[in-house]
Amino acid sequence: MSRTHRTRVIGSTSLALSLLLATGCGTSGPGSGETMQVWALEDAAVNEIVEQGIEAHNGSHETPAELVTFVNDAYKQRLQVALGSPNAPDVFFNWGGGNLAQYTSQGRVHDLTRTMEDNPGFRDSFLPSVLDVAAVDGSYYGVPLLGVQPVVMYYNRDVLDGAGLEPPRTIDDLYEAIDVLREEGVTPITLPGAQGWTQLMWFSYLVDRVGGPDVFQAISDGEEGAWEHPAVLEAMEMCQDLVERGAFGNNFSSIDYDNGSASALLATGESAMFLMGSWDLAQQMENNPEFVESGALGFTSFPALEGGAGEPGAIVGNPSNYFSVNSDSEHTEAAVDFLVETMASDEYVDELIAAGQVPAVEGIEDRLQESDHAEFATFTHELVSEAPTFTQSWDQALAPDAAEAMLTNLQLLFLGDLTPEEFAQDMESLR
Amino acid sequence: MRASATERPGFVWVAPALLFFGLFGLGPVAVVAYLSFTSWSGIGSPEWTGLDNWSALAGDAQVGGGLRITLTLTALCWVTQTPLALAFGVWAAGHQRVRAVVSAVFFLPLLLSTAAIALVWKALLDPSFGVPAQVRDAFGLTHSNVLGSSSLALYAIVFILLWQFLPFHMLLYQAAARQVPQSLYEAAELDGASGPQRFLRITVPQLRHTVIASSVLMVVGSMTYFETVLLLTNGGPGNATRILPLHMYNQGFAAFQMGYASAIAVLLVVLGAGLSLIVVRVTGYSRMTSQREGM
Repeated sequence: MSRTHRTRVIGSTSLALSLLLATGCGTSGPGSGETMQVWALEDAAVNEIVEQGIEAHNGSHETPAELVTFVNDAYKQRLQVALGSPNAPDVFFNWGGGNLAQYTSQGRVHDLTRTMEDNPGFRDSFLPSVLDVAAVDGSYYGVPLLGVQPVVMYYNRDVLDGAGLEPPRTIDDLYEAIDVLREEGVTPITLPGAQGWTQLMWFSYLVDRVGGPDVFQAISDGEEGAWEHPAVLEAMEMCQDLVERGAFGNNFSSIDYDNGSASALLATGESAMFLMGSWDLAQQMENNPEFVESGALGFTSFPALEGGAGEPGAIVGNPSNYFSVNSDSEHTEAAVDFLVETMASDEYVDELIAAGQVPAVEGIEDRLQESDHAEFATFTHELVSEAPTFTQSWDQALAPDAAEAMLTNLQLLFLGDLTPEEFAQDMESLR
Repeated sequence: MRASATERPGFVWVAPALLFFGLFGLGPVAVVAYLSFTSWSGIGSPEWTGLDNWSALAGDAQVGGGLRITLTLTALCWVTQTPLALAFGVWAAGHQRVRAVVSAVFFLPLLLSTAAIALVWKALLDPSFGVPAQVRDAFGLTHSNVLGSSSLALYAIVFILLWQFLPFHMLLYQAAARQVPQSLYEAAELDGASGPQRFLRITVPQLRHTVIASSVLMVVGSMTYFETVLLLTNGGPGNATRILPLHMYNQGFAAFQMGYASAIAVLLVVLGAGLSLIVVRVTGYSRMTSQREGM
């Protein structure tokens, strides 16, 4: 064999090999099979409950369902890409609001309005304020899947008692508490400012207290000049004022929520208060059980603002997460049946309550009373059912590009690198 | 058929590499270039919008800012990594056993994934429970803010990148330093050259091509590379560490503006290719001349 010949043989073999490698990468889509794919976030406690619902469904139906879970940060990207491809799920987890509207505007989501009308009992079992978050232009596109998650003010009872303070009822109380706590050498409030969405909680509550829910409604409707509303600017000033008063300590911009350090600061008494979603209770129970069991973990609603246009009972947070059905699914009917039969069933709701959730369902006070964390569950359920409005987290309610810009600007605002006027102008220029 | 021993391999040899490069290199670049003229959220079909993305790019303050931070980061990485890698690499090129052991320990970061390195350093630099908190308490400082400080965050990232990439570049220099012919040193010694003189007049000039190769890797790498920054600060605090590749990622996968992100990506491709061309041209690397003529 001559040298040239040998090179040809080697060359063409490697060519064939690389072709094989390159073509071997593609896999057939899961959505095209005989099973129905249900996509959700990875959450050990909740996944198990959905899994039980799926098993019950699979026992009595022809099209078996299968749960596929993803970690939080990667999920939105994964879903975005999948919905544009043949690998799309049949039923998918989402946040309602602007997040869901992204998919409905592309015609990717099955309209559930007919289903709701045909099953009024199913529809009426959910809290209307929560169900409405998954409605786009008057049509229903999602079914609440998890408990309600309002943002509440947690506090360390021992620290507040030690400083002779009561949990703040008004913003003025809060200012006073900040001064007292700083003298005691305690960080008044934990703010995991490495992540802009934690700063958003303060900002959106303050906007609501100063100007009422219509201010954000105008922003979310895309009205001209909505970001320059006086209430928005005042709330931004209040945020900067809180930073200057030392409310959040010196290090807030590098504190992270995801690694548990913010919750730990409250549990160890290094800080006195922490504004966070109701999901933080599970985090505390997991990482700092002594703190929860000792009864030192207190919770209350966001302080009221005297003279503000907003009602003291109004809340901000994630009304719920939702399951929606892909309109391109081959198993639309089976998927809808699964949702109607499972999501409001007694078994499902009971399991959610047992897992520490407060389902977005009417008339469950008695069942919450009997749960393990009855005090918190009852508090949350009352807070939500009595709330005049439940504003969805702005970063979920707005379109993703506006949300991204807002979160960056919020970080700059809290760092003092951006004035309220510059913030508002920048957001206005995005339209 | 002519088949001499010096004949260069033909096209067939290049085909597999070319195919891969075309499929996973040139192909995506072409698609991205097309997408940069469209508006696309990732679902549905891209909509042709002409030069909209490009005019938005010109008016985006974060692109200018991101470019400045990217170039600062690239320069700082080069300035810190090159001299240290050169010095350590030449030192490690010696054949003493202690050098082999120390080098082996030093190469450990090479075995870790970038994500693991970023997460470990993030935990180490935690303001409440990490090293900065200990330093604060020991020296009575008022804050322990590193990754959340607009002035410190970028330097912290430079340091972590130095820790991560020094071993790789050191390895390049070590290998190259071992290739320097011993006879050059022997001749210099006979002429009475001192240790520093031998290093500056023989080792460094002989390593010239390695310096260039390692620099090109650093420059092009820092143009496209962002995961450490994503995991450590996600561009924060505010925009203090928002390098251009991270801005591209956030526009694409957080704001879902794939078209606009593609425009930034094209800018990055042009910048990276341009910079490496400049390095190669200016240094005369492209002439492929030998360092050892007459040896």
